[in-house]
Amino acid sequence: MAKMLKPPSSARPHITRNEDLIFELSAPGKVGADLAPLDVPAASAAEELGAELVRGEIEGFPEVSELEVIRHFTRLSTWNYGVDTGLYPLGSCTMKYNPRVNEVVARLEGVATLHPYAPDELAQGCLRVLYETARCLAEITGMDAVSLQPAAGAQGELTGILMIRAHLADRGHPRKTILIPDSAHGTNPASVAISGYEVRNLKSNARGCLDLSELGRAMTEDVAGLMLTIPNTLGIFETDIRKIAELVHAKGGLLYMDGANMNALVGVAQPAAFGVDVMHLNLHKTFTTPHGGGGPGSGPVAVRKFLEPYLPSPLVAHGQDGRYFLDFDRAKSIGRVRSFCGNFGMAVRALAYILANGAEGLRQTTEDAVLNANYVRERLKDLFALPYDSPSLHECVFSDSRQAAKGVRTGDIAKRLIDYGFHPYTTSFPLIVPGAMMIEPTESASKAELDAFIEAMRSIVQEVEEDAELVLKAPHTTRVTRLDETAAARKPVLRWKP
Amino acid sequence: MRYLPLCPAERAAMLETMGRRSIQELFEHIPEPLRLARPLNLPGPMSEPEIVEFFRRAARESSPDYVSFLGAGAYSHYRPVAVDSLLSRGEFFTAYTPYQAEIAQGTLQAMFEFQTLMAQLTGMDVANASLYDGSTAATEGILMALRILRGRRVLVASSVHPEYRQVLRTYLQHQGVDIQELPFNGAGQLELGKLESEVTRGPACLLAQSPNFFGVLEPMAEISACVHGARGLVVVAVAEPLSLALVRPPSGADIVCGEAQSFGVAVSYGGPFVGFLAAKEQYVRQMPGRIVGETRDTKGRRGFVLTLATREQHIRREKATSNICTNQSLCALAATIYLSLLGKRGLKALAQQNLAKAHYAARELAAVPGVSLAFSGRFFNEFTVRVPGRAEELLAALRKEEIIGGLPLKRFYTELSDHLLIAATETARRADMDRMVRIYRQVLSANSPSRRERGQAKPSSEAVAR
Repeated sequence: MAKMLKPPSSARPHITRNEDLIFELSAPGKVGADLAPLDVPAASAAEELGAELVRGEIEGFPEVSELEVIRHFTRLSTWNYGVDTGLYPLGSCTMKYNPRVNEVVARLEGVATLHPYAPDELAQGCLRVLYETARCLAEITGMDAVSLQPAAGAQGELTGILMIRAHLADRGHPRKTILIPDSAHGTNPASVAISGYEVRNLKSNARGCLDLSELGRAMTEDVAGLMLTIPNTLGIFETDIRKIAELVHAKGGLLYMDGANMNALVGVAQPAAFGVDVMHLNLHKTFTTPHGGGGPGSGPVAVRKFLEPYLPSPLVAHGQDGRYFLDFDRAKSIGRVRSFCGNFGMAVRALAYILANGAEGLRQTTEDAVLNANYVRERLKDLFALPYDSPSLHECVFSDSRQAAKGVRTGDIAKRLIDYGFHPYTTSFPLIVPGAMMIEPTESASKAELDAFIEAMRSIVQEVEEDAELVLKAPHTTRVTRLDETAAARKPVLRWKP
Repeated sequence: MRYLPLCPAERAAMLETMGRRSIQELFEHIPEPLRLARPLNLPGPMSEPEIVEFFRRAARESSPDYVSFLGAGAYSHYRPVAVDSLLSRGEFFTAYTPYQAEIAQGTLQAMFEFQTLMAQLTGMDVANASLYDGSTAATEGILMALRILRGRRVLVASSVHPEYRQVLRTYLQHQGVDIQELPFNGAGQLELGKLESEVTRGPACLLAQSPNFFGVLEPMAEISACVHGARGLVVVAVAEPLSLALVRPPSGADIVCGEAQSFGVAVSYGGPFVGFLAAKEQYVRQMPGRIVGETRDTKGRRGFVLTLATREQHIRREKATSNICTNQSLCALAATIYLSLLGKRGLKALAQQNLAKAHYAARELAAVPGVSLAFSGRFFNEFTVRVPGRAEELLAALRKEEIIGGLPLKRFYTELSDHLLIAATETARRADMDRMVRIYRQVLSANSPSRRERGQAKPSSEAVAR
């Protein structure tokens, strides 16, 4: 790139490279939205609220025009990488295409505007969407009943564990402990803690699966249940799952499945057949509702018949008269985990996705997701260590151990991938793989995109050999270079101040 | 399938690279009895026009033309078109949680702006990057206060949104915490005398809402002084954050949280919404959820990262401050865009309109014989009327005229069976409010007791009498 002539001191590159905070763009007197004329007499705040309660100006609040808002956020958006930008092989996150029609139907007048306390008779359309979504998810999992109330996967976990507890308490004793493999996502133990259980971690075996003898030792009558991700965070299916379920059930415990990785199984296997009693799904992973830069998610919970009474209240029901209604008459329910009917707009999008695919499309989707992951695994296995070489499904996990010898770690390779135009894979997770590189291409990657990714990884491995500094200082092409996270945490600056 | 980018020849070539004969081989390690031998029983596949038609029908069956005076934690406000226009940028809505900060500066800076806006609005020092919704924000607020106090006692005003209280109970049911609900008085406010006698029993975390579920502003200065006097902490959930453009932030609160749906997020049958949580600086390390912080890159330029991660579940696992993983980033972005558009003046003007509309509606309704304002406390854009014996009948008559006249409070409070909760935001047109008042007059002037019995909706069992 040609060197810019040295600019006068106050000048700097314009447009996307520098964008101040919205507060710094503010100038008194500007406004970016106007209101319809008031058609009732104006009210005096001092009179109606009491002078002592009336607030003055909100200090520091922005004042900008509509155009400046559009430019500001458009510029910010260009600093982001999304699924729309390119391959986003973030393991365990299932970054797949978010169909545009989902966004359109979720914004339809009526769908987007109905109030959650509208009487059921006036909400039949929205209730039908919820009912149909739950029915489809029940079929996909093979389970008997589904609640769409949990707002995200972690809340689904909490809901499920609370239901296990309520059921066991009904049987006489809630018990003390939940077993969780060491490969599990961090939300699992955190959700268990809120449910009043202790966590006992189980070591994985050499195949990357749950160790049956370890489970046999740990599974006592003090144990309420086992929380298992299937396929696990290595992308490996627990082939002993039936035996695992039997071991847990034999001692009176329940089997919880974290369905975060359901993209590997839709149309291929139903968790009900594994012996799962309760599970959650992530609509924002498997069912294409957008991740939105970190939410909103949605974490429906699916259960076998005997747990249905414990599902959060209300549940959408279908009456004999053909009308849908919210059923609050649920004496054994664990209660509410979120207001209203959960993230309804996410159910709309998930249903649109299921309808677009049908059974055949969903199965093809699963097959492509597994094919893509295995293709990447096959073509990278000569470059990176594969600590667990059991067959894997929708993702594969390498280790940086060979590159670490040169001082280059998984996080460095990830940063260098950014220079090649890819979003990195998941780094340093699962915890059982030191220097983990967790790759989940999903079905939304073309072969050309995968080949380009594989070439980039090869090229980076070569760079590690020839010029490790290049990798260690990456990324080089982004608007900002590596950011000092330690400084951010030591002296937190969490807001703008005038 | 139109979403899939692989063609049959590529699938075959990829399998060949792997030395596989068929895709089935990749699933063969799943024990055969566990594999599904039939196609799933699902509707579809549908073309795009069929999908649009399917949801148009659902929309038509969701009374899109009705005028609604419902609020109760979900408020209809006009959403400037720029909000959805910007949210529809794929770089925003198809991105993940911003772990890779160098290619997520857009989300990170926007969240930093959101945190600043929430701190400014609430008058607090710091705010997080959002939580699921108001109910979970209130719950996380109380969990946070319990951690700070190492406390075991929670006092909850029964004027707090009943669903928030339900969620709080769900989360606290196995925490060994004592929850005491406090009654409200004729002003629709927390009964101070009861609070005073409760706090003498030792430090407690109080959850109050202001404006509260009835739309009434709580006397936060007195409440806070009382709780602090007993070395307790005050968590305030704000029912309608737009009120903060006109009303002083809750005086004396240690944690201010609530639902920010009013700021550019569609009502959408209850979600997705966006909870916020703000607090005094000294409590920041006990905060739940994502937090964005400012830092520098290797060349000294300003940038933003997720920070204070040692509070969070992926590091701390069962010892984390919360099990929350996602925030409601896109909804928080909507709020950031919305508040930027309205700005200092626009938001205040909007709040003044809300105040004017609600007070107009309240005045006109209260002038109808047989109607009174239920509570004497000050309110912002929502209020409660009392219509002895006639609530169901009124709602039914309004519904015939395509008006949803408010929320019957008996759904949640058995003692408030004559009460309707009514919200009037800037979207409430005078003509519709006048129409509502006329229907009230018609119904209430025809004073036939027999008709009173014909209310159609049966009482729900959701009353939170626990």
